[in-house]
Amino acid sequence: MKLTKTLLATTALTVAAGASATAQDMADSMTLVSWGGAYQESQQKAYVEPYLADNPGVSATWDESSAEAVAKLRAMNEAGNVTWDLVDVVASDAMRLCDEGLAMELDHDEVLAAAPDGTEASDDFGDLIVSDCFVPQIVYSTTFGYRTDMVPEGVDAPDSVCDVFDLETYPGKRALQKRPIDNMEWALYCDGVAKDELYDVLGTDDGVDRALAKLDTIKDQVVWWSAGAETPQLLADGEVFMGSTYNGRLFSAIAEQDQPIGMMWDMQSFDLDGWIVPAGLPEDRLARVMDFLKFATDTQRLADQAAYISYGPARDSSAPLVGKHAELGIDMAPHMPTDPANATNVHIYDYEWWADNRDDLDAKFQAWLAQ
Amino acid sequence: MSDTTDTGPVLAADGTPLKRSLRRALRAQKIRALALIAPLLIFVLVAFIAPIADMLFRSVENQIVGNTVPMTVEELRDWDGKEVPDEQVFRAMFFDLFLASEAKEHTKLGSRLNYEESGVSSLFRTTGRDVDDMGEVFQDALEEISPEFEEAQVWYDMMSGGDGAEGNTRLMSNQIGRIEQLESDNYRGDAGFVPGTAISDILPNTARAYSAFAAFTHFVDEDVVAEEEPWEAVYAALALDLEDPGTAAALATYDGPGADLLRQAAAADLPQVDMKSAFIESNKDWNRVGYWEVIHTYSPPYTTGYFLNAVDMEKTTEGIALRDEDERIYGILFKRTMFMSMVITFSCIALGYPIAWILANLPARTANLLMILVLLPFWTSLLVRTSAWKIMLQQQGVINDTLVWLGLVADESRLVMINNQFGTIVAMTHILLPFMILPMYSVMQTIPPSYLRAAKSLGATNWTAFWRVYFPQSVPGIGAGSILVFILAIGYYITPEIVGGTTGTFISNRIAYHISSSLNWGLAAALGSILLAVVLVLYWAYDKIVGIDNVKLGG
Amino acid sequence: MSVMTLTPIEKKPLSFALPVIGAAGGFAGLFVGTAHGSGLLGIAIGALALMALGFVALQILGLGMEKPVRWGIIALFTAVGVMVAGVPGFVLGVLFGWFFSWFIYWIGEGRYRANLAPYLTSGQVLWHYSFRVLCGAIFIFLITPILVVMPLSFNAQNFFTFTPEMLRFDPAGYSLKHYEDFFTSSGWQQALRNSLAIAPVATLLSVSFGTLAAIGLSSEHVPFRRAIMAILISPMIVPLIISAAGMYFFYSRIGLQGTYFGVVLAHAALGIPFVIITVTATLVGFDRSLTRAAANMGADPVTTFFRVQMPLILPGVISGGLFAFITSFDEVVVVLFVGSANQQTLPWRMFTGLREQISPTILAVATILVAISIVLLATLEMLRRRSERLRGMSPG
Repeated sequence: MKLTKTLLATTALTVAAGASATAQDMADSMTLVSWGGAYQESQQKAYVEPYLADNPGVSATWDESSAEAVAKLRAMNEAGNVTWDLVDVVASDAMRLCDEGLAMELDHDEVLAAAPDGTEASDDFGDLIVSDCFVPQIVYSTTFGYRTDMVPEGVDAPDSVCDVFDLETYPGKRALQKRPIDNMEWALYCDGVAKDELYDVLGTDDGVDRALAKLDTIKDQVVWWSAGAETPQLLADGEVFMGSTYNGRLFSAIAEQDQPIGMMWDMQSFDLDGWIVPAGLPEDRLARVMDFLKFATDTQRLADQAAYISYGPARDSSAPLVGKHAELGIDMAPHMPTDPANATNVHIYDYEWWADNRDDLDAKFQAWLAQ
Repeated sequence: MSDTTDTGPVLAADGTPLKRSLRRALRAQKIRALALIAPLLIFVLVAFIAPIADMLFRSVENQIVGNTVPMTVEELRDWDGKEVPDEQVFRAMFFDLFLASEAKEHTKLGSRLNYEESGVSSLFRTTGRDVDDMGEVFQDALEEISPEFEEAQVWYDMMSGGDGAEGNTRLMSNQIGRIEQLESDNYRGDAGFVPGTAISDILPNTARAYSAFAAFTHFVDEDVVAEEEPWEAVYAALALDLEDPGTAAALATYDGPGADLLRQAAAADLPQVDMKSAFIESNKDWNRVGYWEVIHTYSPPYTTGYFLNAVDMEKTTEGIALRDEDERIYGILFKRTMFMSMVITFSCIALGYPIAWILANLPARTANLLMILVLLPFWTSLLVRTSAWKIMLQQQGVINDTLVWLGLVADESRLVMINNQFGTIVAMTHILLPFMILPMYSVMQTIPPSYLRAAKSLGATNWTAFWRVYFPQSVPGIGAGSILVFILAIGYYITPEIVGGTTGTFISNRIAYHISSSLNWGLAAALGSILLAVVLVLYWAYDKIVGIDNVKLGG
Repeated sequence: MSVMTLTPIEKKPLSFALPVIGAAGGFAGLFVGTAHGSGLLGIAIGALALMALGFVALQILGLGMEKPVRWGIIALFTAVGVMVAGVPGFVLGVLFGWFFSWFIYWIGEGRYRANLAPYLTSGQVLWHYSFRVLCGAIFIFLITPILVVMPLSFNAQNFFTFTPEMLRFDPAGYSLKHYEDFFTSSGWQQALRNSLAIAPVATLLSVSFGTLAAIGLSSEHVPFRRAIMAILISPMIVPLIISAAGMYFFYSRIGLQGTYFGVVLAHAALGIPFVIITVTATLVGFDRSLTRAAANMGADPVTTFFRVQMPLILPGVISGGLFAFITSFDEVVVVLFVGSANQQTLPWRMFTGLREQISPTILAVATILVAISIVLLATLEMLRRRSERLRGMSPG
């Protein structure tokens, strides 16, 4: 497509200019959008602080709006006034933004640093570049944690996602996210559907009914969460026995807060989080943000982030560099969702499928919840 | 003023008739009053009413279909809806979709139509990726015939008809207008290109496609038209024009730039233009009548679709019908919102009445001190109060802990008081209670305590005295408080979100979801309009019964 | 009501006092008893113990020994509390002891009739006090959530949970770190500065426009008064989520979204109904002849406004202003939509704090804000009294 070509050409030109440009051609402030909390803190420490140290006179402001990024970017675009420079979003949002032309398409090899051994960025990130607009940053997973002190006596600690649906062996409340994504797949999987047929089954009305019927068996024991901080709080309070949440949250509750919580690595749903650059930035801001992006996604920086939070770096070349936790001094590699020991049985969720069926299933799911 | 005779009009001190003088004074007063009100009125209208009206307008707005695929909409106008449309419609769709995908608008249309029928979104997305390839077939064929078709300048000269040729400005401005609609933008100046009238008569499709390309290149990409190779769609359009046997004949006498080239192409054997099979090959769902039905149904610029959706209905081929039972949700939510708001209002009356009474009947100093206890929660952050209720009500929370410690509840059977309707009701009763107490208190303050004493001294029992004498006088306070609490309650969003679980959430939560997560802004606006209509009816009732001037907030 | 102290206070017969005291003791005993396994035993012990105490205090030692006896009872309860339940028992013991030492004499000496009309029957007296207890319970309902938040803000952990250490009153369970976080974190400090930059300006806007409009509206000759009033009150009655979304789209289009000015405008609009309502209410009691008198004496309208009208309606204006201020200071839904990173206010930060990373820093902020609220409320109360003095009304 011509547009793509032009965009790429512009990008390449700007970046080439950016590389040789003096600091005067770049804006001296950036607005970065992220999720807040410990995750944003890790980005601040691993990317922003070193960058600002190298570039005195530049300032960075955080906006904790990633959860509403698509809605806000759309409205900004309608108004023709984009105030964000770099936005941290999950992969599905990045695809949507890219489709709608709200995010800028990038030539990854051109704008990102190569690995220290010279591997091109696109090879280093590999399959994780799910969209032309998306620069992957971390691999995370949604998985279950449980209260170790609430496991009934004489029973093994839960180690399978299907234990969540087993109220007899593991009585107690569960925390699940208030949306169909992941929950429907887990329900079908535990109802005996093979992993590679999950989406075929879910694509039929009977499949949806089947998943909801499985969820029905635990419905009155479920506390539904919508924000990332909820499950760790519920687990810490002993409000629930098991709950799904992002693995980094669980790590922080277990290792940093010392809570009696255990981690369950089974059928965790793999997902990606990364940066997009909003389309239509003025040249000086674009130059600055490209400069930052190149710095913040190089091999070392991605590995550094893992010292603050247990999410896997998206570059292959970063994995060997993952070191110890910045404060606790424990080895971080075994806590990564990408660690082979943790990734024996994972669930890769289908972005395309959900993009098409989300509205539909959501209506059914919400109606089911309300009944 | 002295005694007046009844012969002439009454005169004011300056000699004008008093009637006129009074009227003038009255008018001056009116003007002064309006002048005082005007700044605020304008402020509220601009900063508040206009945004709301703008928002609610989205609930019926549906220009996206007509703006994104205008030619298809035009072609579909007389479609009978019985079977998959013919090649003509697919051709229109090809050119529409090509332009839309250049502008990256086709996925927006896809998501819009996906609200009505799931699957449309992926239809537009997959085929949007393939339209380049569909056109490339013809580009390759034409470039095979002559490499001159690769030259941007050749195309430019050919389509503009050469220097001094008569230009078809109407066609060009139509195409510019189309891009303006697509990009929701306004373009000034000319595009540096006008199609020649002669060539656009001979090659109507090509001229249209090239003009669209020229307008887009100049205004959106900000490039020079004469230096850019045209889109694949332009080649397809040329192939389409050349298929028409009349074209070759017309070309025979044409002598503008590129005439030889065109004659050469017309003489050659080009691939057949069959967009229908190309589309179906790209995505077999184009063969489904249902999807075309959706495009057809939702092509007018205004729609009732969002409102129908908001009341659990949908348009089907047989007209308007209720949705499947497992998709009906808004009826439940509206009913629940009304029901819970009522329960909250009644709890507020039950708890607020004694407090207002005791505040109104205690000595002023004590009452004012106690008033602080009422106002303190009122002024504490809503978020903090809601979190506090979470801490209080949860199963390992303060109340359950206390009950277990006292032995009233066994440790294994702790009460479930949160993430359900009970949690929402308790927390919202607490949050809205001051809005009930304050108006009640201001009414009760005006009821003289001597009435009660008089009733009692006349032999009424405590109960009779209260019920027959005091209570009727306090009813306006109850009315004021109730409607205030009710109106505030049905619009609540944050508290139900945090303590409501699944059964304790309100319609506002759903509106917020559609605004920030599902991005179905039209549906959010429709739900909002219904909610607002309910609130306005209540406000009207309130104004009729109580009068909005009679609200007092503890002042 | 101050005339009602005439009621004679007389000592009640033991046949009345002891059962009542015993019943109260039994009631308290029920809780302690069930907490330790046997409710019935608790009732019996509680009732007997209190009756014995009551007998000793009222009959044997009498009124002369009231002070030492009351201290003795408190000490006794405290000691029992500590023996039964350690540190929490100490606190409860003191409270119970204080209550019963007062209750015994209050019942036994008939003091409960002191402030009541002498002709009330005992049923009416009982009703009077039951009603007071009921109101007390409702006040507790109103205030407890706020009180619960305060100790949690000193939590040493990063969760909203009363840890066992806290319940044991172990100093290790408490910490000031959340306060420290608030005062040292640049994010929180920026949020505080933003709140303080937005709320006063929004308040100023709504108060100045609102007061003028309220004065205009108070004239009886305004055409379309009801419609105008409805429009001006609308920001209060339109559900917040609709306002927020509407402003978001509209302000985006006119370039106000994400600007300081946009947030100020939005908050000013939300505060206007409060100003209108309170100022209109003050103007209802305003004596119009005062302005006429001023005009008569040669004051021009501006002078009349500032020298005569303003001082009299000032309390209403200030009260409306405080409401408008709090509206802006506590507002989260609209600012989340209309604002951007540079306008993060305190509630915004609290909201993201609740959603993304639960941290009791929020509770520390809340505690500080409650303290500020109390100061503001006290100011309001003082102004109210001043206004009543000015208007020559008697208090109450």
